[in-house]
Amino acid sequence: MSLLQISEPGQAAAPHQQRLAAGIDLGTTNSLVATVRSGTADTLPDHEGRHLLPSVVRFTEDAVIVGEEAKSAAADDPLSTVSSVKRLIGRGLNDIARLGARLPYEFAQEDTAVPRIRTRRGDVSPVEVSAEILEVLARRAESVLGGELSGVVITVPAYFDEVQRQATKDAARLAGLEVLRLLNEPTAAALAYGLDKDADGIHAVYDLGGGTFDISILHLRRGVFEVLATGGDSALGGDDLDRVVARWIMEQAGIEDDASHAVQRRLLGAACAAKEALSTADRVPLHLALPNGHRWEGELDRTTFDDLIDPLISKTVAACRRCLRDAGLRSAEVKDVVMVGGSTRVPRVRERVGELFGTVPLVDIDPDRVVAIGAALQADVLVGNKGADEMLLLDVIPLSLGLETMGGLVEKIVPRNTTIPVARAQEFTTFKDGQTAMSLHVLQGERELVSDCRSLARFELRGIPPMVAGAARILVSFEVDADGLLSVTAVEKSSGVKAQVEVKPSYGLTDAEIERMLRDSMANAGEDLEARRLREQQVEAHRAIEALRAALAADGDALLDASERRRVEDALVHLELTAGGEDPNAIKLATEELEKTCGFYVERRMNRGILAAMAGQKVEEFE
Amino acid sequence: MLDFSQNYFALFGLPMRYRVNGSLLAERYRVLQGTLHPDRFAAAGDREKRLSLQASAHVNQAYQTLRDPLERARYLVSLHLDGSADEKEATRDMGFLMEQMELREALSGVKDRPDPHIAVGDILDRLSGQADALVQGLEDLLDQPSAQDLEAARELVRKLQFVSKCRVEAEDLEAELDELS
Repeated sequence: MSLLQISEPGQAAAPHQQRLAAGIDLGTTNSLVATVRSGTADTLPDHEGRHLLPSVVRFTEDAVIVGEEAKSAAADDPLSTVSSVKRLIGRGLNDIARLGARLPYEFAQEDTAVPRIRTRRGDVSPVEVSAEILEVLARRAESVLGGELSGVVITVPAYFDEVQRQATKDAARLAGLEVLRLLNEPTAAALAYGLDKDADGIHAVYDLGGGTFDISILHLRRGVFEVLATGGDSALGGDDLDRVVARWIMEQAGIEDDASHAVQRRLLGAACAAKEALSTADRVPLHLALPNGHRWEGELDRTTFDDLIDPLISKTVAACRRCLRDAGLRSAEVKDVVMVGGSTRVPRVRERVGELFGTVPLVDIDPDRVVAIGAALQADVLVGNKGADEMLLLDVIPLSLGLETMGGLVEKIVPRNTTIPVARAQEFTTFKDGQTAMSLHVLQGERELVSDCRSLARFELRGIPPMVAGAARILVSFEVDADGLLSVTAVEKSSGVKAQVEVKPSYGLTDAEIERMLRDSMANAGEDLEARRLREQQVEAHRAIEALRAALAADGDALLDASERRRVEDALVHLELTAGGEDPNAIKLATEELEKTCGFYVERRMNRGILAAMAGQKVEEFE
Repeated sequence: MLDFSQNYFALFGLPMRYRVNGSLLAERYRVLQGTLHPDRFAAAGDREKRLSLQASAHVNQAYQTLRDPLERARYLVSLHLDGSADEKEATRDMGFLMEQMELREALSGVKDRPDPHIAVGDILDRLSGQADALVQGLEDLLDQPSAQDLEAARELVRKLQFVSKCRVEAEDLEAELDELS
């Protein structure tokens, strides 16, 4: 039942068969949506022609405002206007405190791991704020494309950890979007460049955004993008450049550290404007209204600015070196380096990256838009609008995954830069005689001590038959899917009694919480949860039906005998009839039933695919 | 469906021996992932997605194993010995062990050297040299190995393990130096 619909060369599928898909770059400062139309990917403007949507959400008593309008209100209404929420998503209050950034918000002190920002519309989590941004972009795409999106690709920093990825996916779910894939931002950028030109070889992507930094090194070969290594800092970006400049201004102007939220916002605004001006000018005048009513006049020149930001750039250069080492390459082997993210407009950044790689950085595609464009290309392939042979992305996990062992140490199960999807298992045993339960602690990070890594999940395996210490064989399996998301299973093997538990790390937001938010948001929009569920199941059912039909037409005769075909078609008809009804559960069941019935057919098709693919290879076996 | 029971060499259509044609391996890896990767099934049913995830992860694991000289050696030896190879044993070659200890000492003294970067670089060069020699030895032994060849290969695997571990430490140190500079 493969859904990859391949049309004949030069003959595009009929317009009504084209699935609508979009790529979304959910950025710290700005967000964008792009889509492929008539074979070309481009970002979509709002009705006033603006492509960039400021990632700023303002919560008033009676409305949620997203974008430019919210941004301009930020200085006047700092507490209820949330910007740079990407720096908060998937983080706990402790992490946020550790980031060192002084955030101009008030956080609700609750017993949950998820920070909630106190606004005039009530307390909101970063996931909800992100969902608002996603929804605006999805509506924009739907109004331009004239139909409902069947799926989106959302980009995340390559260096985002498990928790941050899951939170981003939760935000999409809250916004009612089907996520085809979470795509790493540098990989998306490489895609946008790689399809543009004939570019086989090793490429580096340096992505310095508003709040995150990524470096990825890829090997591109005949349409296959293989990420060799990735690295970065998920809390370093243009915001930090603004902050050092703001700090400098405070010193120069004699502003105290305890300035009000509004003054801080103004300072950051002035710093950001100065930074941007210095991308072209050599010096920039500064005017600032001081809290005491006076005005301050000053000037910032390029050299001073460069000195201020150099330590931050050095951090990115060190990450690049580490990434090169992980990839087993020297900088001279990198053919070119692609610049992504608004902060790469800073001349000093380009200069130092150029020095490191010994080449002039590529800036051909607008660094603000390149990620969204890459995401749109990937979305188009994933929904099946493009032929399957066109391209393939092989990405890696950015941070090692492991388990806590005796003494508070971490045993790495999947090392960083392992290609995904990946499944790895390791055996553990009991510590005491007669031990019947074992507690497992899943961690992410590079350090040896549990306390230095990020805790992802804790769970207990119970029902281990009592044995002497060391006799039990507990197999713990880690599986990371193509979105970079982890699930963990533990099984006791020696006894034949299977004690088994499966966890998907869930952080802060529980399924119940998401469900509640979903209900709330739909109640606000006057939508009905049941109606939505029915529609989702119907979409799912039609997808399965269409896919199976296409498969039967392609190779049903070759792979199925008459009775098998009858069985498959019976299940197909059954689902079609059920999908016409109004019971979402029945449709769900029938869809699952169809998949079960077709299991053998799916396997045969996959097998045939492998044989066909490898057939052209065998000749060279004994070279 | 992908036959999970066949060995990794058969999976890539390669002869079962230590010397592997790297570009052929990479090419076939791409061919298999081109058919099996979850991106090819992003819009498919859950069952198909599940199958694709398993198959693609299996191919990644196989590729990872055959690509890495140490992993490949371990895997091939265990194939020949029907999975009974136990590499927990350490080598008893005193000369080799002395050399390793000396390298480790040099490594721990690197930070006090006038140019630590160059000092680490030298150690890494020496380790690469050792690894290359061991890999060469494995290539010779593991073509069509006799029981004796396999025993000898196991000893080389143990040594290669040492060298690899030391290399990781040297690389970590180099990264640390980079971060300081």
